[in-house]
Amino acid sequence: MPLLRVSALHKYYGDNHVLKGVDLSIEEGEVVAIIGRSGSGKSTLLRTLNGLESISDGVIEVDGEYLDAARADLRSLRQKVGMVFQQFNLFPHLSVGENVMLAPQVVKKTSKGEARQLAEQMLARVGLGEKFNAYPDQLSGGQQQRVAIARALAMSPKVLLCDEITSALDPELVTEVLGVVRQLAKEGMTLIMVTHEMRFAREVGDKLVFMHQGKVHEVGNPREVFAAPQTAELANFIGAVAQAS
Amino acid sequence: MDFTLWDIVRNLLAGLQWTLLLSLVAFVCGGVAGLLLLLARISDNPYLRGLARGYIELFQGTPLLMQLFMVFFGIALFGIDVSAWMAAAIALTLFTSAFLAEIWRGCVESIGRGQWEASGSLALSRLEQLRYVILPQAMRIAIAPTVGFSVQVVKGTAVTSIIGFTELTKTGGMLANATFEPFLTYGLVAVGYFILCYPLSLSARYLERRLHAPA
Repeated sequence: MPLLRVSALHKYYGDNHVLKGVDLSIEEGEVVAIIGRSGSGKSTLLRTLNGLESISDGVIEVDGEYLDAARADLRSLRQKVGMVFQQFNLFPHLSVGENVMLAPQVVKKTSKGEARQLAEQMLARVGLGEKFNAYPDQLSGGQQQRVAIARALAMSPKVLLCDEITSALDPELVTEVLGVVRQLAKEGMTLIMVTHEMRFAREVGDKLVFMHQGKVHEVGNPREVFAAPQTAELANFIGAVAQAS
Repeated sequence: MDFTLWDIVRNLLAGLQWTLLLSLVAFVCGGVAGLLLLLARISDNPYLRGLARGYIELFQGTPLLMQLFMVFFGIALFGIDVSAWMAAAIALTLFTSAFLAEIWRGCVESIGRGQWEASGSLALSRLEQLRYVILPQAMRIAIAPTVGFSVQVVKGTAVTSIIGFTELTKTGGMLANATFEPFLTYGLVAVGYFILCYPLSLSARYLERRLHAPA
């Protein structure tokens, strides 16, 4: 049984039909890269998976959590689905350690001591063990994003959503963040990334999802799909990206 | 009967104490009520939001003096005897809460969407998001305008003299009648308000400079 299943998912913004019947199924431990042009619905799709966007029709199931247009237990869903954002969104009034400790303490009622230990572990995991007492504005973008990853991991999610997590970074900082993601993938974390890093998607991804006009247009193994796209739209997209880089 | 300058000042100081006390009560009670009103104003329940909005519009859109009359004479209508002190405290509290809620709402809304989304995706409930992430940041921004608004509350207490509450202005009026020295007396009354308000204005300006710098 897949860890995450999306069936006939529709999303409207007013009259704008953004997701037009998306079906997707993801196994535990899979690393999924979602690619597509801007406006194809890829970020919206990702954001529906933890309830940041409501859905108009269809069903999302994550590890026994069930979400449709009428009902959503966001609190338990979000404990299973972590998210990392393009803009990091660290809490600027809290230290790095407190950023990581907050949700375990507040949501899971972990004791302060345990939360602290957990935060130290998570920060060490992203290579920032020594930054526990620093504040977000004292860190580089790459370091902030790694803290954001540690913060999400502290809730031990079943799935981690990554929404263009390297797009706001200076080029020289991209590698350190992708390095952390690669490590997570190796450790068996289920990852769903909206990304422009095609090379990374090809190297690390188990599954490539190409979104086009609100639908999943093509799915497959990244290495195979990149080598031989089945649809003209994906071939076009790959060509355009290759030309740009 | 002759009044020395000290007699006037002594009596005004007594009035000043009531002005100060009324300001404090209005500000503290208004702050608590304002916080509840703020929570209603930004709640995800549309009825609660609408109710809070109506309340704020009502108190921002009518003169404080009318609000005072409504409380003073309105409560009496139900056969409840309400003292001038009580009516003044209630009316100013209502007035203050409406303005503070609106000031604070602006501060809450200036916190970026990303903070809501990040805390939300960590499974925090709406109240937890406010308590741990949004309000601590909004508070920093709110301090200067809140202190600034306290000046309006202090000056607002003057209208309560009309229903007979003997604060600074009312005391001044009585002294002016008794001494036939209206200019001197009201001049001293003005000095009294200035002494209360100027430090507040100064600290608001200072806090603005200190806290409004980008974090």
